[in-house]
Amino acid sequence: MNLLLDGIAWILDPANWTGVGSIPERIAQHLAISATVLVISALIALPIGTLVGHTGRGKELVVTVSGGLRALPTLGLLTLLALWLGIGLQAPIIALVVLALPPLLAGAYSGLESVDRRTVDAARAMGMREGQIIGKVEVPLGMPIIVGGIRSATLQIIATATLAAYIADDGLGRFIFAGLKTRDYAEMLGGSILVILLALAIDGLFAIIQRLVVPAGVRATRTRELRSRPPRPRAVVGRPITEGNPE
Amino acid sequence: MIEFRGVTKQFPDGTVAVAGVDIVVPPRKTTVFVGSSGSGKTTLLRMINRMVDPTAGQVLIDGTDVATLEPVGLRRGIGYVMQNSGLLPHRKVIDNVATVPLLRGEKKAVAHARALELLDTVGLDRSLADKYPSQLSGGQQQRVGVARGLAVDPNILLMDEPFGAVDPIVRAELQQELLRLQGELGKTVVFVTHDIDEAFLLGDQVVIMQHGGQISQAASPAEILANPADDFVADFVGANRGKRALHLTEVDGRRIVVDDDGRPAGVLAS
Amino acid sequence: MNWLWSNLDLVGELMLTHLALSVPAIILSFVISVPIGWIAHRYRWSRGVLLSLCGLLYAIPSLALLIALPIVTGQRTTSPINLVIALTLYGIAVIVRTAADAFDAVEPDVRQSATAIGYSAAGRFWGVELPLAGPVLLSGLRVVIVSTVSLATIGAVIGVQSLGSLFTDGLQRGIQAEIITGIVATMVLAIGLDWASVAIGRMLMPWWRPSAAERRRTLDRVERVDAA
Ligand SMILES: Nc1ncnc2c1ncn2[C@@H]1O[C@H](COP(=O)(O)OP(=O)(O)OP(=O)(O)O)[C@@H](O)[C@H]1O
Ligand SMILES: [Mg+2]
Repeated sequence: MNLLLDGIAWILDPANWTGVGSIPERIAQHLAISATVLVISALIALPIGTLVGHTGRGKELVVTVSGGLRALPTLGLLTLLALWLGIGLQAPIIALVVLALPPLLAGAYSGLESVDRRTVDAARAMGMREGQIIGKVEVPLGMPIIVGGIRSATLQIIATATLAAYIADDGLGRFIFAGLKTRDYAEMLGGSILVILLALAIDGLFAIIQRLVVPAGVRATRTRELRSRPPRPRAVVGRPITEGNPE
Repeated sequence: MIEFRGVTKQFPDGTVAVAGVDIVVPPRKTTVFVGSSGSGKTTLLRMINRMVDPTAGQVLIDGTDVATLEPVGLRRGIGYVMQNSGLLPHRKVIDNVATVPLLRGEKKAVAHARALELLDTVGLDRSLADKYPSQLSGGQQQRVGVARGLAVDPNILLMDEPFGAVDPIVRAELQQELLRLQGELGKTVVFVTHDIDEAFLLGDQVVIMQHGGQISQAASPAEILANPADDFVADFVGANRGKRALHLTEVDGRRIVVDDDGRPAGVLAS
Repeated sequence: MNWLWSNLDLVGELMLTHLALSVPAIILSFVISVPIGWIAHRYRWSRGVLLSLCGLLYAIPSLALLIALPIVTGQRTTSPINLVIALTLYGIAVIVRTAADAFDAVEPDVRQSATAIGYSAAGRFWGVELPLAGPVLLSGLRVVIVSTVSLATIGAVIGVQSLGSLFTDGLQRGIQAEIITGIVATMVLAIGLDWASVAIGRMLMPWWRPSAAERRRTLDRVERVDAA
């Protein structure tokens, strides 16, 4: 228990809240690098995933590639890139982008894929263009799962950004590695607690967003189904919206 | 008028869904395609709005080959109603009905006003306008589907087993409603079903499809009953048995009509 | 390549160490998750709570967990046991949801007819529900195998020996071949264990014929955990 108190005391120590490498600065760095990576990887993965989900073509390829990426050890990629690109932010950013791609791709294509094909067919029969089908039907209906993918990618990024401090003088991970070097467990623990709180806060934020993006008409069905149907395996992918909300 | 000329559809996997179909769908009448599952009815229907393109032959609307028309524009001008109603689950009833006019660039206020009228037309209460499809019964959803099909006042209305998923009582009600509507609106309706009773009830022309996508007979219900083209048709419409094979018998001096099982169907009015 | 030939012993040794870290974690997390998943499936009220807890666990960054765990376990941060516990927790976070889904997917009809022909509750679990949930459970296990083997390398940055040590050491000494060897060795281990799990699955479930569709579903499940 003393250990935990030491860690908390470290966090609360006013000395750690000002100056170069203070807690607020590290948090800001952590968020900045995470946001940058998220934007870059989303710009790459979401359009591809959307297209794959809409056309159904190239799914095998995407699954294989993202499966391979998943088996790739994060630390290995990070250190290899660092060796090539040197110490600094470049290596972690590239590594983080690579790691964020699979969940984003998966979220986007399974989001679109989860939309009832008959609904899509009806939209086409009514005279919607392919772009309109994507924008007005598939994306809104698949949104909870797409956001689920973004949520996983973000968590992955935040976790790996901690590791990135191994290579670059950046983010909350610095406290961990600094503490490791000076054998200051309080600092390591304090940094870890901050990372955990940050991750949980962001996860909670996404949980709320995920709930909000369920289209109203779909929410109406869901509540009805929950009452009348026996438990069934979810056909949808992604973190269920009913989470923490025992039916 | 819609005309199929030597139309064949072979899917990439080799399935021949429709084989050399020639048929004329007369304007302002109801034509019903009927046949067992997999006989190519849906495929034939979807060639009209280019959801499926034929691999051989032509489909003409008023003399124009649809292959020369731009599919999206063509579809926006043709009403389409499908079995599961195909409503967009994330849009309110009113927005569903107004979808196509809005796609065509109509003003929202105009489209919504017209959508409300259409709800009246199909016999739905206007208070349902702000509900979501999932909050409606199956029969109500189907009516919304019909209203949406009528939204741009199309000359052609395609209906693919529109009443297939509702219970028999609601189905009978919807059938009557469609007859009434057709009496008022006089659209060119192409209707697909595998229920021969429904076909005879609704169709001015009934087209009986056989497995492999061929037409066995196309004629009015009365002609088909009087002159089934072959054994398949006779068997399919049940002309020789059951409640279609009616006989006269005399009971207490009155002439009673009974079916094949001897159950009374009515008296003969003279 | 030269580096590899002159360091084969080291790589072999680290592979064994790596196995000694990840295999216990994989087995433990599977054994612990199955009953939890069954409870989540059987008692609706517990489902939301259990799955939320797993979600929270999954959200915790691994490095931070490694450092914070000793407060609870009393282990040193650098002890292999600490790493095994952390890996087990992540494994649980992943499999519990799959396990609940696996039991959900057993047809209620099958369950009822098993009861009707006289299975006791326990007999039904071992004789009917568990085997039928088997294929889906296996697909969850496969996801955990890949993620655990890869995650185990993280321990290297705080001083737990594993194939990850090749990364930290390679970076410090600037040996590219060492890092690449580490990456390849890790992936080989993951793929090898994955094959082994499928082979064991075939042995335990001789009636199970993974169809093309099912293989696709396994891939889907991988994606699902990802999007989850
Ligand atoms: N996209 C497709 N690819 C391959 N084969 C298809 C496709 N669509 C339909 N078919 C096949 O073509 C045949 C005719 O299909 P169609 O849907 O037109 O039948 P249907 O008469 O409407 O049947 P139902 O009453 O079941 O709706 C069937 O054998 C079907 O399997
Ligand atoms: Mg059909």
